[in-house]
Amino acid sequence: MENRPLEYDYTVTKMFMFTTIVLGIVGMLIGVILAFELAFPEVNTILGSGVAEYTNFSRLRPLHTDAVIFGFTLSGIFATWYYVGQRVLKVSMAESGFLMFIGKLHFWLYLVGVAAVVVSLFMGITTSKEYAEFEWPIDIAIVVVWVLFGISIFGLIGIRREKSLYISVWYYIATFLGIAMLYVFNNMEIPTILGTNGIGEAGFGNWWHSVSMYAGTNDALVQWWYGHNAVAFGFTVPIVAMIYYFLPKESGQAIYSYKLSLLSFWGLMFVYLWAGGHHLLYSTVPDWVQTMGSIFSIVLILPSWGSAINMLLTMKGEWQQVASSPLIKFMILASTFYMFSTLEGPIQAIKSVNAIAHFTDWIVGHVHDGTLGWVGFMIMGALFHMAPRVFKREIYSKSLMATQFWIQTLGVVFYFTSMWIAGITQGMMWRAHDEFGNLAYSFIDTVTVLHPYYTLRAIGGTLYLVGFFIFAYNIYRTMSARPVEESELQSASPMGA
Amino acid sequence: MFHWLEKHPFFFAVAVFVMIAFAGLVEILPNFAQASRPLIGTAPYSTLELAGRHVYIKNSCNACHSQLIRPFKSETDRYGHYSRSGEYAYDRPFLWGSKRTGPDLMRVGNYRTTDWHENHMKAPSKIVLDSIMPAFTWMFTNLADINTAYAEQLTVAQFFTVPYNQPVPMKDGSTKVVKMGATLADANALALAEAKVVAADMKDQNVKDAIARGEIPEIVALIAYLNSLK
Repeated sequence: MENRPLEYDYTVTKMFMFTTIVLGIVGMLIGVILAFELAFPEVNTILGSGVAEYTNFSRLRPLHTDAVIFGFTLSGIFATWYYVGQRVLKVSMAESGFLMFIGKLHFWLYLVGVAAVVVSLFMGITTSKEYAEFEWPIDIAIVVVWVLFGISIFGLIGIRREKSLYISVWYYIATFLGIAMLYVFNNMEIPTILGTNGIGEAGFGNWWHSVSMYAGTNDALVQWWYGHNAVAFGFTVPIVAMIYYFLPKESGQAIYSYKLSLLSFWGLMFVYLWAGGHHLLYSTVPDWVQTMGSIFSIVLILPSWGSAINMLLTMKGEWQQVASSPLIKFMILASTFYMFSTLEGPIQAIKSVNAIAHFTDWIVGHVHDGTLGWVGFMIMGALFHMAPRVFKREIYSKSLMATQFWIQTLGVVFYFTSMWIAGITQGMMWRAHDEFGNLAYSFIDTVTVLHPYYTLRAIGGTLYLVGFFIFAYNIYRTMSARPVEESELQSASPMGA
Repeated sequence: MFHWLEKHPFFFAVAVFVMIAFAGLVEILPNFAQASRPLIGTAPYSTLELAGRHVYIKNSCNACHSQLIRPFKSETDRYGHYSRSGEYAYDRPFLWGSKRTGPDLMRVGNYRTTDWHENHMKAPSKIVLDSIMPAFTWMFTNLADINTAYAEQLTVAQFFTVPYNQPVPMKDGSTKVVKMGATLADANALALAEAKVVAADMKDQNVKDAIARGEIPEIVALIAYLNSLK
């Protein structure tokens, strides 16, 4: 009995894998629609002008960002936590009825939150702050969901058998703490039902409406401290947690350097939070904050590349796996895009570069090479690794995986190259003066010139979405196939490498 | 030390939290009070303007339009004086935006008229050839939410001492009083009076009929807000 390997319980993992895929499709589909709306404005009224209020770009845009961040990515983070957490702490969810209950409650409340977000954003109920659009009732629900996530993390840690926390667990803990701090402070708001007039009447208007605790410049500073670091603790830290677990597992290689992981982790924790100021260069926030944001963004290359290089060197001597295994391809391309994106970001944070790049599509391109290339590829890679072990069935089709990989890679390349050209073109045209010192272009000139790039980007996005459908189909066929293994696969990789 | 931390999750979490909280304290706190002082000439939003601001937010206009003029010649040539911190003192939330798919709107009230906005919001590409902005036709039928705007005025006056019904200094040395209704009915009457002024410059018959019935379509509130951006 003692020597029998632990049977982990993946009930909650499966639930979150499901929402990862469904919300991924929703978020990316809306993204593709938005891309076509920019290239071809008539798409705004594609379902008729009667419902245009709900199909036009401005109403859909927050739905896209929030569906991919809080839907796809967050579900992926939760799914992997409930998988990785048990395995590196050497304890099964089934051992604690309490943690199992918390895990399920976590999922169902999360689902309720998602439904509330979708409905409210369609109705136009938004605070306007990017990635913090939700009004106070939903904010409270999100805090509850997050606390449940925290109880899961620290509960599982509390009953662990492996005393030392594996690197991935560091990153999951940091994700929990970082988002908790950022979300609470950025969403400080006062419900307007509290507003009382001279004769003691209150409770006018919509009960869900609120007003920010901060005004103007302060509001912007807090928002981008949040906005930038939501990227840190939503798109970087937990994804690094995933790659530290899944790449060594899948490749059968040990992490290249423990010291490098130590340096990257603590370096990232310290440096990342300072860099938010680079979203506010040449704005009305104090100059020294802008300069700090700029400098720390450059310093940020060190811990970011530390992790990425650590991952790439983990493959040392085993590079043939990249050629033979589509799953290794996903992870290696993810860490390559991580390097790429964490170099591009600091370049854009240099003041003189930012003067051209800010407000243009180059920023949109940067976000997407990070999210599509790094976050998306890593989460899909993680799901591909987990699926055979969770569903106890081999992956349905390895060749579909390879097809998906190449279609999506092509999509990402289309996306960021077109946005580079679009952004730099527009940035240069905005500032161009003619020989008499007058502006050389009217604003609309700088919009019409972007049409071919917007079209290319829409094609790139479509390719990525097609790849995601292939992914969903592959996972679906895997989970619905006849079970081939009675118990968990102990050593074989799903690729049979 | 790190090996020890890795075996003690509580202290590990504390160490991580100190690391990440540090930057926020240093960067955000020092200038907090200073950054929110209003500039002379900056007045709070009237009830109708605030309702219009809510329409702006409801439709995420800030997804494509910035309200932040950077101190470059090309930007001041195009949009007017660069932004100063005190001008945003009554902006909750701030609406700087992060992407200029369309032009900046920080001072759009200086160079666009009610008439222009009315036609433009109905069919942008007829006013600006090749514009990719969608039409916002529903704003001509949806009604503005004056009650919520009033609730917000009461809230900011109460919690953040925003000076409603008080003289605010203007650039020319005079003062201006932005009124806030004493009761809900009062607030609605104030908003309607303001809406009539805006609607007088509009041509849409449905809007005129609505105003005559005492209703305020979203477009009227939005235009009042856009006209206030100077």
